[in-house]
Amino acid sequence: MIEVEHLTKTYGEARGINDISFQVEKGEILGFLGPNGAGKTTTMRILTCFMPATSGTARVAGYDVFEDSLNVRRRIGYLPETVPLYTDMLVPVYLRYVAGLKELPYREIKGKVAKIMEQVGLTHKADKFIGELSKGYRQRVGLAQALINDPDVLILDEPTIGLDPKQIIEIRSLIRGLGKDRTIILSSHILPEVSMICGRVAIIDEGRIKAIDTPESLTEKLRVANKVKAVIEGVAEDVKAALGRIAGVNNILVENGDGVDRAKYTVEFAEGINGPPLVARTAIEGKWDLHELTPMRMSLEDIFIQIVTEEKDIV
Amino acid sequence: MRNFLFILLKEVRSYINSSVAFVVVTIFSVLTGYYFYNIFASFSTISFQAQTDPTMATQYGALNVTEFVIRPFFGIISVVMLIMLPMLTMRSFSEEKKTGTMELLLTFPVRDGEAIMGKFGGCMAIFFLMLTLSFPSILLVELFGDPEWGVIITGYFGLILMGGGFIALGIFMSSITENQIVAAVLSFAALLILYMLNFTAGAAGETMSAVLNYLSFTYHYRNFAKGVIDTSDVIYYLLFTLFFIFLSMRSLESKRWRG
Repeated sequence: MIEVEHLTKTYGEARGINDISFQVEKGEILGFLGPNGAGKTTTMRILTCFMPATSGTARVAGYDVFEDSLNVRRRIGYLPETVPLYTDMLVPVYLRYVAGLKELPYREIKGKVAKIMEQVGLTHKADKFIGELSKGYRQRVGLAQALINDPDVLILDEPTIGLDPKQIIEIRSLIRGLGKDRTIILSSHILPEVSMICGRVAIIDEGRIKAIDTPESLTEKLRVANKVKAVIEGVAEDVKAALGRIAGVNNILVENGDGVDRAKYTVEFAEGINGPPLVARTAIEGKWDLHELTPMRMSLEDIFIQIVTEEKDIV
Repeated sequence: MRNFLFILLKEVRSYINSSVAFVVVTIFSVLTGYYFYNIFASFSTISFQAQTDPTMATQYGALNVTEFVIRPFFGIISVVMLIMLPMLTMRSFSEEKKTGTMELLLTFPVRDGEAIMGKFGGCMAIFFLMLTLSFPSILLVELFGDPEWGVIITGYFGLILMGGGFIALGIFMSSITENQIVAAVLSFAALLILYMLNFTAGAAGETMSAVLNYLSFTYHYRNFAKGVIDTSDVIYYLLFTLFFIFLSMRSLESKRWRG
């Protein structure tokens, strides 16, 4: 659905994005992750035909964004980061205007606007000017205008920013639902959100894609530290000694380990050893109560920090 | 065509909601109305004096309401247009650029030409409203005098053509900057130069004065004010309008390829 090849954009001397290539299939949600100024918005702007690339090609739904811009624009819904809206228009009037420009049949416009307003929770704001709305509601209007023509491709620049937690959950499930038969690219700085919604994640930094894969396999690839966290009730020295006897344990860290109270143990295993069952068995054999047992994988956050700060490529 | 109408309607609505239309139309009506009152009242005084004093009548020649009231009235309308229309056109693209709504407009499936013509149409609609509000003054002349309707019709026709040129130029200026004040000043200056161009024609050489005359707005309006429609004047205004609409299109289009 979206094919990007060797896309480069320079602003004078400065590089916006540098040789980016990726593909997104139909029914897939791709998340852009990256620090500010990494090139996420630039990439989105090129895909939505707002600005041209310096070199490289991008095709959306089979149409080139430069050569066939009108056909691309017919098939996309775009929510820019700043959510630019006409503040002097009433909400439904604005949505009808967008629906008209997006070539919806005249007879369907009114019904469609009412439907989309209900979908994003704007029905009770129908008599308000956009300028009177709070940031969260403007965000919903922005989403509504992007969705109004049921586009094949949705490009959302930070779609959940400024929403309240309940609305965030609603919008996320809305996006997930839409993603079933559409192609979606979204950017976010909320890392759990990306791993929750997106089938694949592209980590962008300094204008380049540093990693692109599913959140799970990104985690898998980068699981350098193999640790298990356990909360065990028992005499700390005994527990520590017992855990130390497990083959393949490299290091044990004890927190709150005074007396017989519960203590938190962080056990580091050698690579390739599945730690949790071993820790559980040790606890049972020692007749200690096991309260918590957590294998510690790297979160997307850790991966992100690692890639961005250590400049490690795992493409 | 559809997109053109949607944008036109949206523009008109924005002008009305943001009270720009209200202010511009009101001030236009007040200025032209005040001038009309003065000139019509002085015509009535002179006519009255001429009636009682035959020597006065010879001094002014034949007193003609069309020449004495209608023609200067159209002249002042064109001057007020020169001041007010840049206020109307300055926001058309500048505001969209400043607030970022341009980003969405350009990613909608709208051709550049449709966007520009929609904006142009929106300004023209408000401009028509302005002209319509000047019409009661003409009716007042009809009520008390006997104006020539041919001159009135060609006069309005000329004003519409001229207004189209002003608006096209204003929209172009607005498309090259994101600052509304810069857009307004640029279009006001450009219009003023074109308006005054033939003032110096008398002092210039023969060839130069012909060129200056031909380029100026006022020179081409002369015939309309006399009740004559000269195709060269019509073509001048139409070409002027088309030229600036063309430039606006290039200016908008350049956004898509300029790096």
